[in-house]
Amino acid sequence: MPLSAAKDVLSRALFSDYFVLWLCVLYAAIIAPLTPGFATPENFGNILATLLPLLLVALGQTLVLITGGIDLSVTAIIGLASIVGALAINDGNGWLAGQALATPAGVLIMLAVGAAVGTFNGVAIACCRMPAFIVTLGSMMAFGGFAVWLTQSKAINLLPAAFNRLGGNTAVACAITVVVAWFVHIMLSRSLAGRWLYMIGHNARAAHLSGVPVTGVRIAAYVASGVLAALASVLYTGQAETGSPVLGQRVLLDVIGATVIGGTSLFGGRGKVLWTLFGVLFLKLVDNSLNLLNLSIFSITMAKGVVILTAAIVDSARHRLVGRAHA
Amino acid sequence: MSLPAAIEFAGIEKAFFGVPVLNNVSFSVSAGRTLALVGENGAGKSTLMNILGGNLMPDSGVMRIRGMPYTPAHPTDAAAAQVAFVHQELNLFSNLSIAENLYLKTLPRLGPSPFVDRSRLRRSTAALLAQVGLSVGPDTRIEELSAGERQLVEIARALALEPQLIIFDEPTTSLSARETDMLFALMRGLRARGVAMIYISHVLEHVLQQCDDIVVLRDGQVVAQGPVAEFTTSSLVTAMVGRSLERLYPERRGHSQTEAALVARQVSQPYVVRDISFTLHRGEVLGLSGLMGAGRSELARILFGLDPHAEGEITLGGATLASSGPRRRIERGLAFLTEDRRHEGLCLDASIADNTALVSLRQHARSPLRLLDRSSWRNAIDSVLKAVRLTAKGEATQPVKTLSGGNQQKVVLAKWLLSRPSVLILDEPTRGVDVGARFDLYQLILDLADQGTGILLISSDLEELVGLCDRILVLNQGEIRGEFGRDEFVRERLLEAALPQEGAA
Repeated sequence: MPLSAAKDVLSRALFSDYFVLWLCVLYAAIIAPLTPGFATPENFGNILATLLPLLLVALGQTLVLITGGIDLSVTAIIGLASIVGALAINDGNGWLAGQALATPAGVLIMLAVGAAVGTFNGVAIACCRMPAFIVTLGSMMAFGGFAVWLTQSKAINLLPAAFNRLGGNTAVACAITVVVAWFVHIMLSRSLAGRWLYMIGHNARAAHLSGVPVTGVRIAAYVASGVLAALASVLYTGQAETGSPVLGQRVLLDVIGATVIGGTSLFGGRGKVLWTLFGVLFLKLVDNSLNLLNLSIFSITMAKGVVILTAAIVDSARHRLVGRAHA
Repeated sequence: MSLPAAIEFAGIEKAFFGVPVLNNVSFSVSAGRTLALVGENGAGKSTLMNILGGNLMPDSGVMRIRGMPYTPAHPTDAAAAQVAFVHQELNLFSNLSIAENLYLKTLPRLGPSPFVDRSRLRRSTAALLAQVGLSVGPDTRIEELSAGERQLVEIARALALEPQLIIFDEPTTSLSARETDMLFALMRGLRARGVAMIYISHVLEHVLQQCDDIVVLRDGQVVAQGPVAEFTTSSLVTAMVGRSLERLYPERRGHSQTEAALVARQVSQPYVVRDISFTLHRGEVLGLSGLMGAGRSELARILFGLDPHAEGEITLGGATLASSGPRRRIERGLAFLTEDRRHEGLCLDASIADNTALVSLRQHARSPLRLLDRSSWRNAIDSVLKAVRLTAKGEATQPVKTLSGGNQQKVVLAKWLLSRPSVLILDEPTRGVDVGARFDLYQLILDLADQGTGILLISSDLEELVGLCDRILVLNQGEIRGEFGRDEFVRERLLEAALPQEGAA
C-alpha cells in the first residue's frame, strides 16, 4: 500500500539522526530564492560565526537535559565570565595587563568562573535535592545581577588582540568548537560517564541502586555546562572585542530551543551532540534568513517560537511512535 | 434455588490474539452467598472480572443479573447494574479527601447550583466509614491514610453504590490482622442483607473460612466448583496447579558450605527492625518470611545500605560494611534485586543492553577517559542474556519496557549476574512473573547458589520459600521470631511464627 509505504518513509525520517539536517537543507532551499543576500559566502560565514558560541552553550545544555535537568543560568555565566575575564586582562587597568600570558590566563579565569557557577548549581541540585529549574533560575538572576553590579553595567574595552582573535577569527573559533564538540561527542557516546548520564536521565533511582555515582555525575553535568558556557563567553567576548555583563542575555531561549529542536528530550535520557548541532544550525538559519528579510526582532522571535513549538510537537509524536512500534 | 442468580456466567469465552484466555466458563452466584474465585496468576480471573466490569467484551457467552441479560460495554454500565469492585491496586486520588473520593462522580449539589453540598457529603461519607469501621473524619486526605485504611476507603466506595454484587480482588493484602477481621465481619453483614459477593484471594485459609462456594479456574477453564465443604487446602492447591507442587520448583541439591558470606549482628533501627542477627553462608538459599509490614524489605534496604541502622554490625565476606550507599557494597559483591522492578530495578525506556550493563559497566571502561570497550561490553551482555534464557524476539537494543514481566525480571537478574555477586538479596523476585518464567528464575537462583553465591530470598509466597530455601527465617514486627531448617518446613508453624501474638507487643 502506498499509504503504509509513505508512513514508513516518514517514520524512518522522523527517527533518523539526520532528520533536522534534512529540515535545514529543505528550509535553506526554500528560503534562498526569496531572500536576497542569503546564499552568499559572506552570509554563510556570518551564520557560522554566530553558530559556534551558541553550539558550545547548547552542548552543555544537552548534557544537563540528558540527566533530566535544565540550566537556565548559562546566560548569567556568559556575562559574568566575560566581565571577570575582561577585568583581569584589559590593557587599561587589568591586573594582568601587558603580561605575556594574559590571554591564556584570562581564558582559564573565565572557564573557572563557569566551573564555579556550575558547581554551585550542581551541588544545590544533586546534594540538596532542589529543583533544577529554581536553582538555575536563581543563579541566573543572582550571578547575572552580580556581573552587572561589578562594572555598574559598563562594558570593558581594550582587550589583548590575541584574546580577541579566539572569537573574532572564525577559523580559530571554528577549530576550538570542532575539537570541543568532538570531545563531548566521544564522551557522550563512548565513555562510562556518558552511559551513566543517560541512565540517570531515564531513572536516577534505579541507577543509584545499581551503584552509579548519581550525585557526582549530576554535579559534573552542571559543571560541564558552566565551563562550556564560559568557553562560549570567550568566543562572544572576542567577537565583540568587549567584556560586557549582558553579552549572552538573549541566547537562553535560543539555547534551549535549539537543543529541543535537535531532538533532546526535556524529560531526560535522550540527546546527542549531532542532534544539537543540527538544532543550532536550524535555529540560526531561521534567525539569519528572517533578519535578512528585514523583519523586526519581534516577528523573528515569534517565528522562532513557532519553530520550537513545532519541534516539541514532532518530539512527542516521535515518542508516541516509539511506544506504538514496540507495543 | 427458584430465585434467579445475582450473577450468572454462561459459556464465557475470550481469546487474545488467538490465544484462549477463558474457555466456556459457567457458574453463578446467588443473592446472599459469597463465592471464592481462586486460581494461579494468569488463570483468567482478572480477564473474567474485566468482562464483568465492562472493561472487556467476551467473544461469546452471556451474563445474566437476576435473570436479565447483562452486556456491559463500559464500567458505568456495571455501576448502573449495582455491581461494585474493590480493587487490589488502589485507585484513589491521594490529594483529595475521603468524601471526595467516594462521591467523585456523584457529588451532591446545593439545589441546582454548581456548588457542592458539603454537609450532606460529610454525613453520607461518615455513615459509610462507620460501616467499614474506619474511624477517621470524612475530610481526611487519602495521603494521610495507611495502606490498610486506604483499602477500607476503597471498600466504602464500593458500598456507596449500594451494590447487589461486590467483587473483592485480593482485599486483604494490605490489611492488618485486625482490619482483616473487620472486613470479614462487614462481609458477613452484607451477606445477611442479601448482597452477593465474589471473593478473589490467594489466602486459601480465608477462602475456606469466609466463603460459601468455590470456583477454581485453571488455564481459563473451571476445573472444580462446589460448596466450600467439599474442599481442603490441599485439594484446592492440586486443583489450582494441576500438578504436584514439587514440580513447580527445580530440584534443590542442598548445600554443604559453612563459610559465612553475609553476617548481621544485632542490627537495630528504631521502629523498623530490632536485634536482627543471622549468618548467610556461601551457597545457601536463606528465606525471609513474614507478613506485610514485618520489616523484610526494610531489612533488605538496611543490608544494602539504602537505609541507616542505629545499632549493630553487618559484615560481608568478613569485612564490616560501614559506609552507607550501595556503591561500596556492590564493589564488595553485594547485589539487590528490589521489590519495585519498574521504579528501582530498571530504566524502562533504556535498552535491554544498557540496563543489563549498568552495574558492571566500570569493568569495560579503559583509561584515561574511561571510554568503553564496546566489544568486551557486547560479549558480556550477549553471554549473560543467553545464560538467563531471555526469550525476547528483538535485539538487545529494544527498550526494556517492551518485555513481559518475567523477561524484565530476567534482565534485572542478568544485570546483577554480571557483577558476580557473592551475596544476592532477592525481594519478591517473582512478583508479576508468569509461571513459566518463574521456573526459569528459580533455576537461575539455585544455579547461582550452587556456584557459591549466598542467596537471601524475601517472598510473601510461602510455597516459594519452602520450595527453594535451605533455611527460613520468620520476621515478625521487626524481629526474627523463628528459624526453620529444611526438615522443619511446616506451613502452619511458619505462619504461626509470622502472625502477631496477642499481648506480646
